[in-house]
Amino acid sequence: MNRSSLAIRIPVLLVMLAVVLYPLVWMLGSSFKSNAEIVNNLSVLPREWTPGNYREGWSSLDVSFGRFFVNSTVIAGLTVLANATSCLVTAYAFARLRFPLRKFWFAIMIGTLLLPGDVLIIPQYILFKYLGWIDTPLLPLIVPKLLATEAFFVFLMVQFMRGIPRELDEAAKIDGCSPYAVFRHVLAPLSMPAVVTTAIFSFIWTWNDFFTQLVYLNDLDRYTVPIGLRLFMDSGGQTSLGPMFAMSVLSLLPVFLFFVAFQRLLVEGINTSGLKG
Amino acid sequence: MTATSTATVRGQQVPAPAATRRRGPGRGPRREGVAGYVFLSPWLLGLMGITAIPMLLSLYLSFTNYDTLSTFSDLEWIGLDNYRRMFTDDAHYLHAVRVTVVYALITVPLKLTAALAVAMLLNRTWRGVGVFRGLFYLPSLLGGSVALALVWFAMFSREGAFNALLSVFGVTGRSWVNDPDTALGTLIILGVWQFGTPMVIFLAGLKQVPSELYEAASVDGAGATRSFWHVTLPMLSPVLFFNLVMETIRAFQGFTSAFVISNGTGGPVDSTMLYTLYLYIKGFTEYEMGYATAMAWVFLVAIGLITAVFFTTGRFWVHYSDGDDR
Repeated sequence: MNRSSLAIRIPVLLVMLAVVLYPLVWMLGSSFKSNAEIVNNLSVLPREWTPGNYREGWSSLDVSFGRFFVNSTVIAGLTVLANATSCLVTAYAFARLRFPLRKFWFAIMIGTLLLPGDVLIIPQYILFKYLGWIDTPLLPLIVPKLLATEAFFVFLMVQFMRGIPRELDEAAKIDGCSPYAVFRHVLAPLSMPAVVTTAIFSFIWTWNDFFTQLVYLNDLDRYTVPIGLRLFMDSGGQTSLGPMFAMSVLSLLPVFLFFVAFQRLLVEGINTSGLKG
Repeated sequence: MTATSTATVRGQQVPAPAATRRRGPGRGPRREGVAGYVFLSPWLLGLMGITAIPMLLSLYLSFTNYDTLSTFSDLEWIGLDNYRRMFTDDAHYLHAVRVTVVYALITVPLKLTAALAVAMLLNRTWRGVGVFRGLFYLPSLLGGSVALALVWFAMFSREGAFNALLSVFGVTGRSWVNDPDTALGTLIILGVWQFGTPMVIFLAGLKQVPSELYEAASVDGAGATRSFWHVTLPMLSPVLFFNLVMETIRAFQGFTSAFVISNGTGGPVDSTMLYTLYLYIKGFTEYEMGYATAMAWVFLVAIGLITAVFFTTGRFWVHYSDGDDR
């Protein structure tokens, strides 16, 4: 528990970190190796750096990988907007307004937090099929987000709003602000850090999401990055390993950049929603 | 807006005519109640439309032979047949349950142990601790992706990095992802690898433990091991409880990695057939939607029961130092 323990801690942590980061470094290194080298060269770093895998991976499928990136960006972008708005509005009601059955609905909301999302996939698929939404995949992927179904973010924002001093909205109320005006002029602007956290997490989760996109996206033209990546697996064989690594690296790049830029917010986001102070 | 105009008058001394006060949304609790439901309406709509109604519909369909190709008109009510079939007539189903339980039973303790160990090592303030924390957290952000599942597949295939490492020690490895004995193991490693989220939560919990407690323990002659068991763990038990519940639920939903590594089959020899993967195969490749909805309901009930067990047993070992905060 004293200073000298740091001398032990840091080497131990460095070794653990090396193990944890190894798969990522290996993926990155392999993405620049020729196919022969991926099999023969045991070192993480390529003997000869070649961008060929990137060129091949980008264009070797029937549809350019760029298309998948555009699709993923559209879906993730719309999800971010939908989640941020709907969850902010919902959180305001729970955190600040007093209305009949508030405690009841709040308990239900916490309950849905524990509801495993995978259980809902089939029931929702049946509903969306019945509504005829299956051929317009944006609807099943975005509409639920417009309706604040991601309880995690509602909870995160409620927790954040509880930390905003009530005096601020009391003052606004005394000045004659309606609940709507209090939301618009006080709570919404002050909740921006929580909105940003929500936006980043929604982006990353949607970007990585596989199950729902697998269910709803059936045209090659509409494939997103995760669904497109899987095509490298379908074609099998060692020959496509290099391009597969290259596109995997590219697919993780946006998430990685968000991580670098917002690392602290992400860690704090986990904490505020994970437990209360 | 005229009805609300009384409210915009500064202060409350201005008496509003009784009639308008009674009729309009007015001031105070009544109006706040209306606003509450206005703000709540998207969520309520989602709760009903996207969650509750589909679930109830699926409960009904689980008693039918519904498949996606048919319309609702030629549904046939088959009672408990789907449920009976699951437990008595579908060896694959029981196998999937077993695989999932094994996966969760091994992944969750290993993941939480790794998370707690690293969190304790990081629980000091020195320059650069934030970098370590961030880098250990990174796999949690990336690990659920298809890309990482593909990397895992390649890493544990015959010519992958893992065998390359073994060959340094003169061991000739096999293709771990294609061997029914080890394929699930690779999924477990991928699950444990993402210990960053519980680690971050443990770390926040550790920061809350008052240092006086450690001082008191060491004055009483407790060594590092004893103060871990008698100070750290009890003080951390609410956080441990939270992580245990969340990670168990997460472990039961390990779809992506199993799907990708087995190329959508749950193979080799069903060794990676996690529950949700089997659910997907039944519903979306074999079109037995009625059966799949029954499976989803059993899954939901099972997770509910497990959570309930956690909450009941939690009362005996979770220690809240600040009264009933939860």
